[in-house]
Amino acid sequence: MKAMAAIYRKELKAYFDSPIAYIFIVVFLIVTSWLFFRTFFLVKISTMRGFFAMIPWMCLFFIPAVSMRLWAEERKTGTNELLMSLPVKESEVVLGKYLAAFTVYAITILLTLPLAIVVGIIGSPDWGVIAGSYVGALLMGAAILAIGTFISSLTTNQIVAFILSVLVVAALTVVGQPLVTLFLQGPLTVLVPYAEWLGMANHFLSISRGVLDSRDILYYLLLTALPLYLTVKSIQASKVG
Amino acid sequence: MIEVEHLTKRFGATVAVNDVSFTVMPGEVVGFLGPNGAGKTTAMRVITGLILPQSGTARVNGHDIWESPLEVRRSLGYLPETTPLYEEMCVTDFLRFIASARGIPPKQAASKIDEMIEACSLQSMAHKDISELSRGYRQRVGLAQALIHDPPVLILDEPTSGLDPTQILEIRKLVRDLGKTKSILFSTHILDEASKTCDRILIISDGRLVGEGSPQDLIEMATGESAYSLELKGDADAFISELPETYKLAGRRSEGDRVLLELTSSVAADHSEELFDLAANTGCKLLRMNRKEASLEEVFLRLTKGGKA
Repeated sequence: MKAMAAIYRKELKAYFDSPIAYIFIVVFLIVTSWLFFRTFFLVKISTMRGFFAMIPWMCLFFIPAVSMRLWAEERKTGTNELLMSLPVKESEVVLGKYLAAFTVYAITILLTLPLAIVVGIIGSPDWGVIAGSYVGALLMGAAILAIGTFISSLTTNQIVAFILSVLVVAALTVVGQPLVTLFLQGPLTVLVPYAEWLGMANHFLSISRGVLDSRDILYYLLLTALPLYLTVKSIQASKVG
Repeated sequence: MIEVEHLTKRFGATVAVNDVSFTVMPGEVVGFLGPNGAGKTTAMRVITGLILPQSGTARVNGHDIWESPLEVRRSLGYLPETTPLYEEMCVTDFLRFIASARGIPPKQAASKIDEMIEACSLQSMAHKDISELSRGYRQRVGLAQALIHDPPVLILDEPTSGLDPTQILEIRKLVRDLGKTKSILFSTHILDEASKTCDRILIISDGRLVGEGSPQDLIEMATGESAYSLELKGDADAFISELPETYKLAGRRSEGDRVLLELTSSVAADHSEELFDLAANTGCKLLRMNRKEASLEEVFLRLTKGGKA
């Protein structure tokens, strides 16, 4: 645990010592706030639904930007060799690094809380829905980050890691959207519920309605645990060579 | 100590390390010598537990790489060949990270870090980012990182490559000092370095161990003979006829009343005294005698023949 904490601290410091974390946070806040307030005053309803509706799409591009360096950079510079010569289990290294990246994302999401305060001052929103949406955003981010972590562990190139992560997460998001499910006609209609279940954003939307369904939470936990497990395996596999 | 037993590591069809066994005792500096691509780094990476071999095993301080990899890593310090370091960290922060990841309590860590910075002469660089350091300083940070937990076993992969002569001497001195108490395995492709720093040399070529011993042992092992050149005054024919059968006359030349002889002996040991007595007994005056040794370079080339140097 001590070693994991050391790796977590080091990784978090790496994010905040370089411009990555700041750029990420600032751009994320500017883009979301701008998109949110562009329509907020037109609709004249004190709700954050519009804000949370775009979170899955924001995450799609922003989270892979956080996760891309996690392992690809270590592999490129060879520092993973240094890391693996320390008396630390692979799982501890993976978790320590992952949690640091998750912290960056969580800080970003929590920094959008002033938006909720503004909405609260202007009107009287449903706080249950807003709280649920924040939980959902953290859960979904955790899953996307885990996928990005796994993909980052497969390559030595950060750009490749970024693009592949965006593609995989986009596929997982789009598969549950009407865009895809409408095309599942005839005998393929049996696949519709599965496609909808697989859809990354659907579970988030159901959570952000204020209903914390254990199935939705389980979906995200599964989608977090599996890629992290695969990351550990991919690092172990590289030892066999 | 390090014990390596029948280690074999293949990457696809290429055999990087082929049935290699050796031991490094505490208080011993062992040089791992071989041409580039001979399998030195692979063998070291296996001992460190970074990669797993196809067969065979290695033990570090009695801990097996298969059974207790974490204990293995706890008892050794490793300096990788390219000295990978976290560029964006300053030297002190980097060492603090290594110390805490190695489980050194924060209170002890501070004094350990100071100790390492002093031992590796990093005082002036302590608060600089590693990305700003020169090759020599990076190497020292790598060494500090490998030494911070005072491991009984050290594995140094080409610790002197890319350093200037002064730095090389410093590192060699450090290695020799550390080698008084620790087991050190260090790789190099520079022969001179191996013979000056190591108690024992392992020569590896194409993944196989082709020679092992002290620099002197290796020379005798590779040549199996010794050569002498003598300059005599007097009855050279009598001297030659009295030579034991193990000698062969390789050359004879006269210069005035002096005779120059080139002799080889099939026995590698030193025969200088025997030859001196023989000359005296046959009434010759020995003016000059040289015992010619094969250089370590010749030995190395002979042992690694066929290997790509």
